[in-house]
Amino acid sequence: MRNCASGMQALDSGVANMLSGRSDLVLAGGVDALSRVPLLYSEAMVVWFSNFMAAKTPLHKAGMFLKLKPTQLLTPVIGIMKGLTDPYVGLLMGQTAENLAYRFGIDRTRMDDYAARSHARVIRAQESGFFNDAHDGLSAEITPIYDEEGTLYKDDDGVRKDSTVENLAKLKPFFDRKYGNVTAGNSSQITDGAAWLVLATEEAVKRHKLEPVGRIADSQWAGLDPAQMGLGPVHASTPILKRHGLKLNDLDAWEINEAFAAQVLACLAAWKEDKYCREQLGLDGAMGELDLEKLNVDGGAIALGHPVGASGARIVLHLLHVLKRTQGKRGMASICIGGGLGGAMLVEAL
Amino acid sequence: MAGDYQHWKLETDRDNIAWLTFDKQGASANILSADVMAELDRILDELRTRNPRGLIIRSGKDSGFIAGADVEEFTRIKDADDAMRMVKRGWDLYNKLEALPFATLALVNGFCMGGGVELALACRYRVAVDQPGTRFALPEVMLGILPAWGGVKRLPRLVGPTAALDMLLTGRAVDARRAKRMGLVDAAVPPRVQENAARAMVLESPRPRKPPLAQRLMNALMRPVVARMARRQLASRASPDHYPAPYAILELWQKYDGDPFAPRPEDPASIVGLMEGDTARNLIRIFFLQERLKSLGKDSDFKAKHLHVVGAGVMGGDIAAWCAMRGLTVTLQDQSPERLAPAMKRATELFKRRLRDKSRVRDAFDRLIPDVAGDGARQADVIIEAIFENLQAKRELFAKLEAAAKPDAILASNTSSLKLADIGANFRNPSRLVGIHFFNPVPQLQLVEVVKGAGTDAEIAKKAAAFVRQIDKLPLPVRDSPGFLVNRVLGPYLDQALRMVDQGLAPETLDAAATAFGMPMGPIELADTVGLDICLAVGKELAGGSAEPPKRLAGLVAAGNLGRKTGRGFYLWKDGKARKGRAGGATHDLSEKLIGPYLKEAQAVVAEGIVADADLADAGLIFGTGFAPFRGGPLNYLATLRSEVHT
Repeated sequence: MRNCASGMQALDSGVANMLSGRSDLVLAGGVDALSRVPLLYSEAMVVWFSNFMAAKTPLHKAGMFLKLKPTQLLTPVIGIMKGLTDPYVGLLMGQTAENLAYRFGIDRTRMDDYAARSHARVIRAQESGFFNDAHDGLSAEITPIYDEEGTLYKDDDGVRKDSTVENLAKLKPFFDRKYGNVTAGNSSQITDGAAWLVLATEEAVKRHKLEPVGRIADSQWAGLDPAQMGLGPVHASTPILKRHGLKLNDLDAWEINEAFAAQVLACLAAWKEDKYCREQLGLDGAMGELDLEKLNVDGGAIALGHPVGASGARIVLHLLHVLKRTQGKRGMASICIGGGLGGAMLVEAL
Repeated sequence: MAGDYQHWKLETDRDNIAWLTFDKQGASANILSADVMAELDRILDELRTRNPRGLIIRSGKDSGFIAGADVEEFTRIKDADDAMRMVKRGWDLYNKLEALPFATLALVNGFCMGGGVELALACRYRVAVDQPGTRFALPEVMLGILPAWGGVKRLPRLVGPTAALDMLLTGRAVDARRAKRMGLVDAAVPPRVQENAARAMVLESPRPRKPPLAQRLMNALMRPVVARMARRQLASRASPDHYPAPYAILELWQKYDGDPFAPRPEDPASIVGLMEGDTARNLIRIFFLQERLKSLGKDSDFKAKHLHVVGAGVMGGDIAAWCAMRGLTVTLQDQSPERLAPAMKRATELFKRRLRDKSRVRDAFDRLIPDVAGDGARQADVIIEAIFENLQAKRELFAKLEAAAKPDAILASNTSSLKLADIGANFRNPSRLVGIHFFNPVPQLQLVEVVKGAGTDAEIAKKAAAFVRQIDKLPLPVRDSPGFLVNRVLGPYLDQALRMVDQGLAPETLDAAATAFGMPMGPIELADTVGLDICLAVGKELAGGSAEPPKRLAGLVAAGNLGRKTGRGFYLWKDGKARKGRAGGATHDLSEKLIGPYLKEAQAVVAEGIVADADLADAGLIFGTGFAPFRGGPLNYLATLRSEVHT
């Protein structure tokens, strides 16, 4: 299970299938509808229901109602909270981000700064038509969708013009209530979305007369302490860089999925920290400082939303669009995974 | 013994249940022709002697259960005795079936029409296979006759008068689930358990279901009251002079409990009276005209998988939605995503209304693909252009489409006022261009004109007609001449009506005069529905640019009031309905005057060979403009007038 990286896992499985000769043309990606995550009955309520079903006589069934506590019925388990809680360390994802903020000394202001920047970048990209227009031989990145009323959804609707540093500062911390720093505003948004890519072998490209836009050059998965899961991108992309003899800024563009502002900033801090790189990554010293102008240039999940199943594929697709637009060559897309994993993909524009 | 029958196969299973399979020889659908029924009669006698545990009647055809009586036989009825013999044939046969001393069951798979429903009603039980094709209907009323083989008697007893009269008086079809809900069938089951369900029901022989008490009362004590209410409702829809059949059905149920032998020939409930009248003859004629149009799509095996439509206006959007509903993959292109939005909304309404079932609605949506980039053109088997009526724009669009399309794709224009020859002038290969001309509103109007231009390849025109059949519309081949058939004939009729508005007649009065004649909609309301801009363009094209357009029409178009689609035209439109004031006196003379140009033009198009013959002109004008069906078409109507003058 790749949780937050399911979309990227789908791409990697497609690649593996093609390399093994099992497939030569693959549609891979992911979709999520977090708005449909259900409310669940509590465990006590489930037990009551099964006893009720087992009751044989009407009298017995009637008697069951005397044992029913209304609070059991009226306190549902919120599915999404359950889904975003690590079962081993018992932490909400936001709390693992608090861990990272604490460890690398990332304060509230820096998180809100980063979040505001994400919104500003998405707004600029939307206004420039980066998502909606065909360009450089690529068709538009976003396919508009319609609901049953004929309402058009042309853009991701999570982005807010009023998400400024000042306004973000007003929000209360959500995960570590009262004393924490991670708020709904500097976290990724819970949304619906889908992203799909067509993968093909060289032979299939020729046979179907396809026009390839990029190449998946390498990919990597890594495991780490679930309580620090947000550093997954560091652990997944560093081995790729090593394999290809690359430094952080040798790449033309980076996508690190913005699960939390604190988490992205922690990744950058980890690479900068000599101790972390030596002890945790087995390097001789710090990787250095990733140029912020190369990272998430059109914003990310804090403004666009993080439809968990789709994000891993979305950042790979978007990275290709960025590379084509900026005439870049190589880029890395990387994502952290709840449960203590990270995934990364090295792509080349063609 | 089992081999004695041509159309039926009789087998007995280990439970001693007789399985009787109806598989009419040499026919694609099961029709209750005279020989079929004679055989069934012998089989019932045989079964009576053998006395099996039960009898299950089912169909051996994939197409459906029973399509009804043989309409061809109606046309051979010479006199009242003939008619009554035919009635007696089914009436006695079904009474015999009903009287069998063991459990009988109809296992209905696919369509079950008219005499087929009456056969099922004579069985003790009915099981419907729950799949999209399963439909029960008593369409006799649409042919101007009545169900005389026991339907009027048995249906109200089984399901109660409310649901029964709805089916009997409208001819409306019900699907398997609806049939179960209303009590018409005892069970609606998935195909995989159909035989088990039928066998189990025969073996268990439960007590047959009775309708609820209220419905039983309505079928007994309350019958006159119910009939009076139903008659009042009927009167608001069709006049007894034009359409006597529904009134006859009501009368037959109320006074004679559905027994067709009870009323005397001059009684309004008499089937003989109906069959001797013009309406039934004309409606049966229309039935055959419809069959003829259907057969025009059979000259090619062409089957389209993917349709690309350019232009998401009311017409293009509705064509796309209709075809997606009929199972095609459809890409719909327009200049911006915003322009596609209203089409998607109307598609929702269409799918929900027609398909109902949630997963089928979703499947239709999955087939309807918004395609601003126009990528679908490269894969489509048929491309239909439905953009605004501008020659230059159409030429430019087709230049792109021709370059993108597959070599064997059909390129079609839905133009209503331009000549195909002009649109195709710059084609590299003009033989691929054909006109596929739909009518507004697409879901309601069955006719589609297939326009063969001078350069159109004959094979392409045949494929286009086959495509029209594939989406369950009626193809009519027409020549490439301004307005083709339907608009050409409507043009002078609308033009005169619009000029009469200029002269001060109220639109309401004109419309009332036309509906009194039997048109489904008056000319002014029709103009509003079609779109006043289209009316203006077609009018100009037909007049060859010589005449001044009607003033009110020109004024409304100039102000952007284009009729129903903009909410305002000659009428104000609310929720798809015209808000009309009171009509002035609509006299018979006014009706005659209004319809005059229509009739004249209908004669002209036949003389000019726009369509192959007068029957096809009648067919096109009935299915394309709704010309008073009980009159059998404009040319048939003229012929009737002439013969009345002569006699």
